[in-house]
Amino acid sequence: MLSLELLFDITLSVLLLILAGTALHVRHLYTGIVLFVAFGLLLAITWARLGAPDLALAEAAIGAGLTGVLLLAALARIGPEPPPRRPPARALSAGVLGVLVLILLIRAVLPLEQGPQPLPGLVSAHLDTSGVSHPVTAVLLNFRAWDTLLELVVLLLAVLGVRQLQPAGYKQAHAWTLLRAWSRILAPLSVIIAGYLLWRGSHAPGGAFQAGALLAAGIVLLRLAGLLPVLRWDDWPMRALVLMGIVVFLGIAAAGAWLGSGWLNYPPQWSGNLILLIEVAATLSIAASLSLLVIGEREELGT
Amino acid sequence: MTDLLAWLSGIALVFGCFFFVAGTLGLLRFPDVYSRLHAVTKADTLGLGLVVLGLSLRAESWHAIAIMFAVWLLVMASSTTACQLLARYQREQDRNPEQEDDDALP
Amino acid sequence: MSSTLIFLCAGSVLWLMGLHGLARLHHPIRRIMAINIMGSGTFMVMIALANRGEHSDPVLHALVVTGLVVAVSATAFALRLAVAISAHKSGKQQAPEPNE
Repeated sequence: MLSLELLFDITLSVLLLILAGTALHVRHLYTGIVLFVAFGLLLAITWARLGAPDLALAEAAIGAGLTGVLLLAALARIGPEPPPRRPPARALSAGVLGVLVLILLIRAVLPLEQGPQPLPGLVSAHLDTSGVSHPVTAVLLNFRAWDTLLELVVLLLAVLGVRQLQPAGYKQAHAWTLLRAWSRILAPLSVIIAGYLLWRGSHAPGGAFQAGALLAAGIVLLRLAGLLPVLRWDDWPMRALVLMGIVVFLGIAAAGAWLGSGWLNYPPQWSGNLILLIEVAATLSIAASLSLLVIGEREELGT
Repeated sequence: MTDLLAWLSGIALVFGCFFFVAGTLGLLRFPDVYSRLHAVTKADTLGLGLVVLGLSLRAESWHAIAIMFAVWLLVMASSTTACQLLARYQREQDRNPEQEDDDALP
Repeated sequence: MSSTLIFLCAGSVLWLMGLHGLARLHHPIRRIMAINIMGSGTFMVMIALANRGEHSDPVLHALVVTGLVVAVSATAFALRLAVAISAHKSGKQQAPEPNE
């Protein structure tokens, strides 16, 4: 007898698998991208179901929203694909190989379900000294602050790489009145909600990443509605925003190393304020980097 | 009193789900873009409204009701905008059908 | 049968579907979507593992939040590379002699 929750889980996973398969293999690429966005939204529901609301927020803004814009923009530039050629024999062998790999994978993954789980206990034991009361934020910005710092570096590298390849001349669609009006309402809302998420991150699900992604989504919306000027890496305020997160983070880490407690170890009585400072800088930096990644442009250099 | 509220909310939830199913059916079975959009936006907005009504009859605080109501308003406005964008795009496609599907908007 | 088990299996299958798509598909956007689906499968396995005890594991959640941002950066870069390659190819087809 299946319980109701289990039924929901099974429905959710089957829907996810169907959406993923269709998104990849449907005939029109445009349909595939739309299905991929739907897949991202369903994935956000899955994260909420699995008790990870932080992740659901991030996935809804990043996985579904920004990735969708990126894919559609790339499709508009690359154009439709040539008709595929698929020898059936290879499809069969790929299928057989897939089943074999799947059996191996599941045999490897299933025993993990009963494995020991020491980390939650460790985190909750040290939560008092971290300066925040939400464990995910404590891990992100205190216990494993290295990851977050390097992630900001990865974001910067991606922005720089994209900038090298940026084609000038972005054919912007003409925005309709209703879209403009609605973006005018939605963009301030996204700023408010981002600020709320940032503030909430110290004691409940939320934090710099979700807030930054939401802010970036608002900026992208405004830009697509034609209400913002062109965003360029060449403008110095943009550069300052993108670099601010890394600079503040590195500054605090270096100050910690120099003044005593060690690289990325905050003094306990200060850690709450320091984490808030890093989070504010990181939010602005993530928002600027993500919006540059999605809609950044470069002026024609005359070559 | 509580029994009455529970019954009312149950009825609202069932009707909400019914409208969702009807809208989805319309989306899948209607012939062209306009009627599909009509079906899905109208029925889903009503369905979501009824679900919000049903859940707010069961809610424990005004805070939760206010949040759900705000969600309903946002979804309603977004779906209106999206519907209008899709319909306009389709109308332009109908006017000059030689244009490619995958092309950027004019 | 628990929900952790279901999502562990679903994550593995998603990963494999992504791998299969990556190997079988030709269009660069489809391949990038396939890589993203592989990533989603990995995230799903991690989050299902984070959910197995009474307390969910904040370390895995934090890793996946980081992973999402890294994934979208990589996607943006990959898509830009794909656009550049297709522009390069179409430029070559139009003019047979490439002039730097």
